[in-house]
Amino acid sequence: MSGRIVLKGVNKSFGDVTIIPSVDLEIDDGQFVVFVGPSGCGKSTLLRLIAGLEDTTGGRIEIDGVDVSDVPPAKRGLSMVFQSYALYPHMSVRGNIGFGLKMAGAPANVISQKVEKAAATLNLTNYLDRKPRQLSGGQRQRVAIGRAIVREPKAFLFDEPLSNLDAALRVQMRLEIAQLHESLATTMIYVTHDQIEAMTLADKIVVLNAGNIEQAGSPLELYHHPVNLFVAGFIGSPKMNFLATQVRTAGPDGVTVTLPGGRDVRVPVAAGALRPGDKATLGVRPEHLKPTASGELVGDVIVAERLGGETYLYIRSAAEPLFVVQADGDNPTRVHDRVAVGIDPETCHLFDADGRSLPRLQRHPLADTRPATQQAH
Amino acid sequence: MARAYTAQRRILTTVAAWIIGFLIFFPILWMVLTSFKTELEAFSTPPKFLFFDWTLENFGVVQERSNYLKFAGNSIILSLGSTLVGLVFAVPAAWAMAFSPGKRTKDLLMWMLSTKMMPPVGALIPIYLIFRNFGLLDSRGGLIVVLFLLNLPIIVWMLFTYFKEIPGEILEASRMDGATLWREIVYVLTPMAVPGIASTLLLNFILAWNEAFWTLNLTTTEAAPLTAFIASYSSPEGLFWAKLSAASTMAVAPILVLGWFSQRQLVRGLTFGAVK
Repeated sequence: MSGRIVLKGVNKSFGDVTIIPSVDLEIDDGQFVVFVGPSGCGKSTLLRLIAGLEDTTGGRIEIDGVDVSDVPPAKRGLSMVFQSYALYPHMSVRGNIGFGLKMAGAPANVISQKVEKAAATLNLTNYLDRKPRQLSGGQRQRVAIGRAIVREPKAFLFDEPLSNLDAALRVQMRLEIAQLHESLATTMIYVTHDQIEAMTLADKIVVLNAGNIEQAGSPLELYHHPVNLFVAGFIGSPKMNFLATQVRTAGPDGVTVTLPGGRDVRVPVAAGALRPGDKATLGVRPEHLKPTASGELVGDVIVAERLGGETYLYIRSAAEPLFVVQADGDNPTRVHDRVAVGIDPETCHLFDADGRSLPRLQRHPLADTRPATQQAH
Repeated sequence: MARAYTAQRRILTTVAAWIIGFLIFFPILWMVLTSFKTELEAFSTPPKFLFFDWTLENFGVVQERSNYLKFAGNSIILSLGSTLVGLVFAVPAAWAMAFSPGKRTKDLLMWMLSTKMMPPVGALIPIYLIFRNFGLLDSRGGLIVVLFLLNLPIIVWMLFTYFKEIPGEILEASRMDGATLWREIVYVLTPMAVPGIASTLLLNFILAWNEAFWTLNLTTTEAAPLTAFIASYSSPEGLFWAKLSAASTMAVAPILVLGWFSQRQLVRGLTFGAVK
């Protein structure tokens, strides 16, 4: 069963309020797509539009080439896992998992066979006769997933499925969902505000902001080639440092910018329309900054977060805003120490005054082969 | 200090609650006690509280003079009938208002409630004429319709509030699972709303059972329920307090027993565990 989903100019308004201005998106069969963005960015609404739980105001939603914009949710052949699990409280686990098959009119022996199989996959066999209230959070979420699996849908829709679980369980369920996708190879669309979930699970991440797609691409594409400040700031943890700079020279082999402290950095990006004297934002990730005696940035450590394997140094300097450096776990730097930090120009990003990223001269070997799609707005 | 204050406060509120409870319950207690007195003792001054000659004589006389079972049967048919018909209309109405509200849903609910603000006597003449012209006077069918319409706003309101409590995601899950609207209501919504529906049913049953204005005005003998049975003891032969009390006790007893046994069922919630 294939599950190719295409959105063409999909928009949604509630009265006068536009939630989604216009979205174009292609999701290939078997792809794991994650919608990510800050709360209120329209990612859940977009998922509910695909599910059919909300009607589109305009545009087309196609599943396997068929326009389903006016097809009720039950007939779209999709399964959904809700944040709140949304189990039927009055039914046993068996009843919950088998409900969809029962609605489809499957014979009792087929239902019971499929339910048993799904339960075995999800380690729920011993709980089949329990009610949802007798299960733990993780078990409830497994039942919700089981309910989605047995219907053998064209695609799975997940609406922040892990946000009600504690941290340890969240990591475990994340793995289980990844394995599930591996074994089923079914299209999955997953909504989350957690960029780590997005990075770890997705084949393709769709970053949404105010109802618009900022960028869609593979995790490493978004990490190495973010198209604008929003995506650059959203993907990666701790978030990318942004430094206000001024362009000194712009040539075919890169752009040289002057840091607030007066030092120059030559970034290997295409200059485009950038001219000497223009303002530009230099973006550099904490993991690409290294404490070195000859570093370009100098400041005082105000907080040192020690995670064991690595240390995050929060540094304040006179010229630049607060910035974060990821140092080794056994870095001896302490609070109030003055440190110098070196910038590796190869890893820097440069954004013009409108926040658009300047394309890098060399593409990262693990990024997408074709450049990322960007929504014009 | 604070603890002494709260303990004192608790005793005070407990005493106050008992006093208020007793005040509310007293008329019913007095009615039941009076039904076991002789007519003479029922009138005695000062009134006798517990120490009188207990007798069942009044109940015997009441049953002899009028057919209690026929009135009771009518009460059951009217209450049950109007409640069930009401439910058939109110469940879909409340469903629509709770889960698919429109711009005017709030206004509609208010308007429905506002119909309860009109004094029923204002509608007596038109309804009486309609009943007369259609030959519905003293018919159970006609009265069921009136009682059902009378209580419909309350049933819809109550179900609406109960349905509102049910997480919409569970219904959406059933929609994703392929349930049609009808199956969603039958297999998912109704089982979850059972406590709410049960208490709505019970309240409506009690309201219909006790309704006296329309039942007295639109019936004579055939369709007359227990309200008419009580009323028949109040005037023509002078006041017979003991017999009136006996009749009232007999009329109230079934509904009292029903309420007593169903109270625990009504409080139980079913939705726990479905949504965190």
